[in-house]
Amino acid sequence: MRDETRISLSEAEIENDLLKNIHWSSKSKIWISFLFVALAVCLYFYATQLIYGLGVTGLHDYASWGIYISNFVFFVAVSLVGMLISSVLGLSGAKWIKPISRIAEIVAVSFAMVAGLVIITDMGRPDRFLSVFIHGRVQSPIVWDVAVVTTYVFVSLLLLYVPLIPDFDLCSKKLTGLPKIQANIYKVLSLGWAGTPEQFVRIKKLTRIIMVIIIPVALAIHTVTSWLFALTLRPGWDSSIFGPYFVAGAFVAGTAALIILVYFYRRHYKLENYITNAHFNYLGKILVLVTLVYLYFNLNEVLVPGFKPGTAAGTHIKELLIGHEATLYWLVQIVGLTIPFLLLLIPMFRKPLPITVLSMIIFIGAWFKRYLIVVPSQLEPYLPIQNVPESWNHYSPTTPEIAITIGSFLIVLIIISLLSKIIPLIPIWEMKEEMK
Amino acid sequence: MAKEKNKTNTRRDFIKKLGIVGAGTASVAAVYFDKDELLQKKKGEKVKALTTDKKIVEVDASDIVPVNEEVDTDKMQHRGRVGLVGKKFAMVIDLAKCKNARKCMHACQAAHQLKQEQHHINVLEMEDETNGATYFMPKPCMHCDKPQCVSVCPVGATFKRQDGLVLIDNERCIGCRFCIAACPYSARSFNWTDPKDAEKYKDVQYDVELNVPQKLGTVTKCAFSADKLREDKLPYCVSSCPNGVYYFGNSNEDFVTNGTTRETVRLSKLLKENFAYTLLEELGTKPNVFYLPPNRENK
Repeated sequence: MRDETRISLSEAEIENDLLKNIHWSSKSKIWISFLFVALAVCLYFYATQLIYGLGVTGLHDYASWGIYISNFVFFVAVSLVGMLISSVLGLSGAKWIKPISRIAEIVAVSFAMVAGLVIITDMGRPDRFLSVFIHGRVQSPIVWDVAVVTTYVFVSLLLLYVPLIPDFDLCSKKLTGLPKIQANIYKVLSLGWAGTPEQFVRIKKLTRIIMVIIIPVALAIHTVTSWLFALTLRPGWDSSIFGPYFVAGAFVAGTAALIILVYFYRRHYKLENYITNAHFNYLGKILVLVTLVYLYFNLNEVLVPGFKPGTAAGTHIKELLIGHEATLYWLVQIVGLTIPFLLLLIPMFRKPLPITVLSMIIFIGAWFKRYLIVVPSQLEPYLPIQNVPESWNHYSPTTPEIAITIGSFLIVLIIISLLSKIIPLIPIWEMKEEMK
Repeated sequence: MAKEKNKTNTRRDFIKKLGIVGAGTASVAAVYFDKDELLQKKKGEKVKALTTDKKIVEVDASDIVPVNEEVDTDKMQHRGRVGLVGKKFAMVIDLAKCKNARKCMHACQAAHQLKQEQHHINVLEMEDETNGATYFMPKPCMHCDKPQCVSVCPVGATFKRQDGLVLIDNERCIGCRFCIAACPYSARSFNWTDPKDAEKYKDVQYDVELNVPQKLGTVTKCAFSADKLREDKLPYCVSSCPNGVYYFGNSNEDFVTNGTTRETVRLSKLLKENFAYTLLEELGTKPNVFYLPPNRENK
């Protein structure tokens, strides 16, 4: 599957190209400082939420889960791409994924870790977070979710770290002019790597084991997340296809996120010799496939209950299609999903820039899709909403709520930016093997 | 105690009434002297005491054993989770009688320090699908036998007691609101902002059965007035209704008492003769609140 445009490079050139990103340029310092300042503003709003309670949000008794939970579902969804690219394709022997597998893991790790923080922002009593471990009851899907998300973060970190060991060794040996502490960290993290053939065999074996382990864990995180909804009796949530429906949607959101990140890393760190147009073409084809699967699930999700208009679930679907949320629903389904899908069938749109733009649209659409899954079901309870403020018939997020949600994206950006300053984004030792 | 067995039953009954006997009863009658004074009294000496129904009576000093139980939060939490042994509470709501007086809502909100928009019991205006007429439907927590809210709670903050009550412990609640998402009856409310009169009640000891004081960031819900049931009284909503809407009682005994008329009737008979139903029966939650249809005269 090697791309014909790839040029052959010497080991020294590869090292030089792929270690280039590891240095603290003043530009990068400004960018990261900017992110931290923006995050501080968001943290201010979180502080007000801590002091005054969740009342600073637009949440109420009839929309008690809002954009925090939507965002949590979205983050968990995006993080699944690590499993799809690194594990599923990696184990199936697709060699072309090698230059982007680490970037896929960066997406997985950053979004999964921040998902954990997002769920804390939704808690009425974050001070009692440890109660989940002290008083945790195994029959609650939240406890399952905490367990699997934590596991996924750790396994993903391992999958990011293990193939990095030879590269850490390289960093500690080749890079000069770094802060002393950073150099020492590389040395420690390289675990005394000596580069012997046995060590390479071992590291490949270990990586494969982790790749296998991560598949059920990744499926579990999003299936369990879907169960937070599907295990209730609410129309719109009470659905037996929610598990696979969520997983399919996760691959869409995650692949889109990966394409966006690959595009920016490639452009910013001049990785064109390693990540070629062919990679975008392949990623585009994957995106077409997962979008098609997702559209299929969407059809099932709408048509089956919608065909029984007398039922509560049927009423919910009707409300979604032609009711209060209809505009957003059709925007997401048509602009955010169907049109990008159709365009991606054309090779021209699988070139780096067009596919990145389409991925951004899909990415945004996928976020709002989570909103449409989480919020409207709550606003249509079985019993009428009465004797409460009129505003409780709707839900509109407030400024603090939006700021806190933006903050979660900023943390992801900070992690992504920092990682790109301290680790090689493309596995150097694997590239050397590839280009031999 | 053995030789006292043949003594009259009335005294034993009397002592029961005093509330001194009985496991961990909180409503101990106020005894009109302090402990030291009591210990000095000799057998045969009569002392005055106040019964739970607020009558001053005389009792032999030797029959009174001082109870120094401090009902601290831990004890209240424990007994609040255990519940009232051997009982199984049920409520019957006669929709034909409800005139939307809303005394139940107000009594409930006052007892549980709730804001105007927070409802443990909410009187809903419903439409009768068969004839288009509207009727009023008081809707408390259904205290389901298969409570979804309890299943989903990650920390056991909300729990089902052996007497059928579903309570919430706001010392334990982490505010995830999964129970609110899971309850098909919208029976739960959240303290989004500082609870009503938070400043005033901030030093009050938390009583899980009364579920006050309310706490910011926790869920609150109908408790069937567990505190009243412990005193063998009717719930706040039931006893405040002017229209005889509510019946309440122990379904193990198969008797329920009307909160307005105080008439006690057989539960099974009441349900059967009046075409009783439960809300959203098809969901399989098995409520302990039963409704008598508003228009059953026509049936």
